[in-house]
Amino acid sequence: MAKEKKGVRLEHVSKIYEDPKTKKEFYAVHDTSLSIAPGSFVTLLGPSGCGKTTTLRMIAGFESPDEGEIYLGDEAINALTPNKRDTAMVFQSYALLPHYNIYDNVAYGLKLRKLDRKTIKEKVTGILKLVGLEGMESRMTNQLSGGQQQRVALARALVLEPGVLLFDEPLSNLDAKLRVTMRTEIRRIQQEAGITAIYVTHDQSEAMAISDQIIIMEKGVVAQIGTPQEIYYHPKSEFVADFIGEANFLKGKLTAKDGTRGTVDISGNAVPVEGVDRFALQDDCTLVLRPESARLSESGQLPCKVILSCFMGSYQNYHVMVGDNLVKITDFNPKNKKIYEVGDDAFVAFDADSVHVL
Amino acid sequence: MARTQSAELDRKKFFADPIMVTTIVVLIAFLTLFILYPLAILLVDSFVTKDGVTVDVFRRIMNMPNFRKAITNTLKVGFLVGIASALIGLLFAYVEEYVQLRTRFLGGLFKMVSMLPVVSPPFVLSLSMIMLFGKAGIITRYLLHIYDNSVYGFWGIAIVQTMTFFPVCYMMLKGLLKNIDPSLEEAARDMGASRFKVFTTVTLPLVLPGLGNAFLVTFIESIADFANPMIIGGSYDTLATTIYLQITGAYDKEGAAAMAVVLLCITLAMFIVQKYYLEAKSTATLSGKASRGRMLITDKSVTRPLTVMCAALSLFVILMYVCVPFGALFRTWGYDFHLTTKWFVQVFKRYKGLKAFRDSFVLSLIASPITALLSMIISYLVVKRRFKAKGFIEAVSMLAMAVPGTVLGIGYIRGFSGGVFHTGFLQQLYGTGAILIIVFIVRSLPTGTRSGISALRQIDKSIEESAYDMGADSFKVFMTVTLPLIKDSFLSGLVTAFVRSITAISAIILLVTPQFLLITVQINEFAEKGAYGIACAFATILIAITYGSVLLMNLFIKYFGTSRKIGVTENES
Ligand SMILES: Nc1ncnc2c1ncn2[C@@H]1O[C@H](COP(=O)(O)OP(=O)(O)OP(=O)(O)O)[C@@H](O)[C@H]1O
Ligand SMILES: [Mg+2]
Repeated sequence: MAKEKKGVRLEHVSKIYEDPKTKKEFYAVHDTSLSIAPGSFVTLLGPSGCGKTTTLRMIAGFESPDEGEIYLGDEAINALTPNKRDTAMVFQSYALLPHYNIYDNVAYGLKLRKLDRKTIKEKVTGILKLVGLEGMESRMTNQLSGGQQQRVALARALVLEPGVLLFDEPLSNLDAKLRVTMRTEIRRIQQEAGITAIYVTHDQSEAMAISDQIIIMEKGVVAQIGTPQEIYYHPKSEFVADFIGEANFLKGKLTAKDGTRGTVDISGNAVPVEGVDRFALQDDCTLVLRPESARLSESGQLPCKVILSCFMGSYQNYHVMVGDNLVKITDFNPKNKKIYEVGDDAFVAFDADSVHVL
Repeated sequence: MARTQSAELDRKKFFADPIMVTTIVVLIAFLTLFILYPLAILLVDSFVTKDGVTVDVFRRIMNMPNFRKAITNTLKVGFLVGIASALIGLLFAYVEEYVQLRTRFLGGLFKMVSMLPVVSPPFVLSLSMIMLFGKAGIITRYLLHIYDNSVYGFWGIAIVQTMTFFPVCYMMLKGLLKNIDPSLEEAARDMGASRFKVFTTVTLPLVLPGLGNAFLVTFIESIADFANPMIIGGSYDTLATTIYLQITGAYDKEGAAAMAVVLLCITLAMFIVQKYYLEAKSTATLSGKASRGRMLITDKSVTRPLTVMCAALSLFVILMYVCVPFGALFRTWGYDFHLTTKWFVQVFKRYKGLKAFRDSFVLSLIASPITALLSMIISYLVVKRRFKAKGFIEAVSMLAMAVPGTVLGIGYIRGFSGGVFHTGFLQQLYGTGAILIIVFIVRSLPTGTRSGISALRQIDKSIEESAYDMGADSFKVFMTVTLPLIKDSFLSGLVTAFVRSITAISAIILLVTPQFLLITVQINEFAEKGAYGIACAFATILIAITYGSVLLMNLFIKYFGTSRKIGVTENES
């Protein structure tokens, strides 16, 4: 449906704001470079205030970057106003035009493009069908549920067949159930339409569920770019590991190395790991161990003491102490396994390839 | 860190929008030429003489005893009127918000009292004051048998202005009281405070900034008022009338300019205090909606005296307004109470009433849509746009609020009678209907802008951004999104501008040429001559016109307006 898929490229883009209270300038986005492939679904993910919205608004044209250049396809668009950019944005508050009905809301952009009435009608009808709102053309926006308003906002952006679709936390006003339905819906429609999409959220499961690529931002800079799997299993920093899912961090020293394999000393215990080619012997390193990758058993890499044991239905939740480190473990399918109680001595066991070395 | 690139890009994007750039340039030119320049020329005129820059003119006017007197007179009246209006306003607001009214009647009276000053020319109360309490006054002469009562002077002005301005205070304070969280007062009651104690220790401190605000707003209004002192002041001159006489009677242009500068400084100083200190305080402390309904006071020992006071005052005000049409229907006020239509007939037959109404009507009708549109454009730019000159536009359009009509009038005389800076440029404008229309616009612009700004602040900015994002340029966004969303504000701005224009006098009286007959100027003229029958007939028709247009607007808004709250609906979850 899209006339032409366009990629988006940011080259060393920064945005400086002035703190309204202290009058000090600060980087809301700093030296960000990224390249988004045509037709892909990319999520900007990060804690509140890290610059996601700012990045998106720079791409849409509402804010001008202080450094760097933004490209849409091959075109540098820094100096273009939002109405001249081939982007369409879905706002967090939906921003439907309250004095128009659904049809007119969706047709608004088409009318501005001076299409003839018949074409407009065809397109609007088609798109409303795609988002499941056929038959509601003449409703006013305040006669719609939150999810329906959301669909109108989506339809209104899609109908313009933009090169890039921008979403700023489009689902944050919906309840948890509807959020799950709508995100699948958005993903389906994006794939059907084959449009490049940039999606801002601070909900990590949302990001995981729908993205081709996730861009993790921290305080205005890109912390990591990768597929959901890469980000989850190979986080580049403690921040990323901690932000995506839960993680245990074990500090140690590399004591032996053979190619990519090696041994890390954690409080006196030798732990075999993989992926240490970046490190030299005696380097300090941190092991990232996901709670569900570890289990408690009678033998294993790290001796520990159980300080919390809690049955959660599908898994058993443990907190154990390894030396001075707290390690959280979620042991799935506990029914057929030994349950450790508080005070028990045990070992934390895991596979060498399921820890990630930082 | 440098924000030069974004500034440069913003500039480029800004200039990519020629309609907006043109609009802003035209707007800045308009504001500069018709608000700033006339005030600047007053300064120039009063400081620059043949001998260069001196303060001679000021020294001269300050040495005039009657000017010094006028200053103290004005301040005295203003002070009293400010206090009285704020207190009466508070009484009304308190009764409306806190006291259980037993009859609907009182509510109706309140509504009428707040409505009347809006639709009547600002000086009709002076007429009725004279007709009720003057030498031939019904009350003084016929009820009390006082035959030589003089209403002219300090007390006349003070009473009339208080009656005219207190409804404004009432409306302002009503909003404040409504927003006080009742639980604050209930908590104090709970701890054993008496009702009076609650009022003095909780309610009053909360409304004190608002009360100060109301006081200053009225103070400024009183100082700037021209027509009431003119009609009922007698020999008691205020600044506005002194300036008027200085230019129309003594032809002392430099002197009048300097006097206008003095008057402007006074109102400006008060305006700044009011705007930047009190207004912020009186809204910030009490924002938000009351959480629950308030338990109204039903205790008779409280409600009785309060409601009786309010009812008496309301009836008095209404009586004063009712006086006007009757003044036009009696054969000779005070002597011959036979009903007659001769004054109305004379208005049209002898005094070119039709032309007066037509001129006033047409000029105001032209001015009001321009004013309404202009104020919506200004509000849009101020609230929704970022550009360098924004602060200037906002400041100047608010500044117009602090400029008394008389000062503006003198500024226009000095500024345009000899062309801009006495060079002859734009001299053709002087004495035309165009300059009257411009004065109407400038006089009503601040009110319209204010209402537009508050309407626009309620609209989520992403609504306009979304339209912009879908491909509309600024002009399209304004026409298809902004304006429809503030339609109500626009319509009421339209009517307010019309009503203000058709009832305006202070600036206009200085600028009108014989070619135009304006109703207000006629009323003033006949009232001064003592021809009250004619003045009342003119005033009655004028009130009918303004009241009619307000009714019409309300009907219009009811059927075509957007009664639902805009900007909140699209985000209900
Ligand atoms: N117009 C502005 N002026 C000054 N500072 C701003 C402005 N807009 C945003 N900021 C600041 O820039 C930083 C980044 O803001 P941004 O809105 O991009 O965050 P975000 O990642 O979208 O956060 P959230 O998840 O809460 O929406 C914040 O510190 C914010 O306070
Ligand atoms: Mg955000």
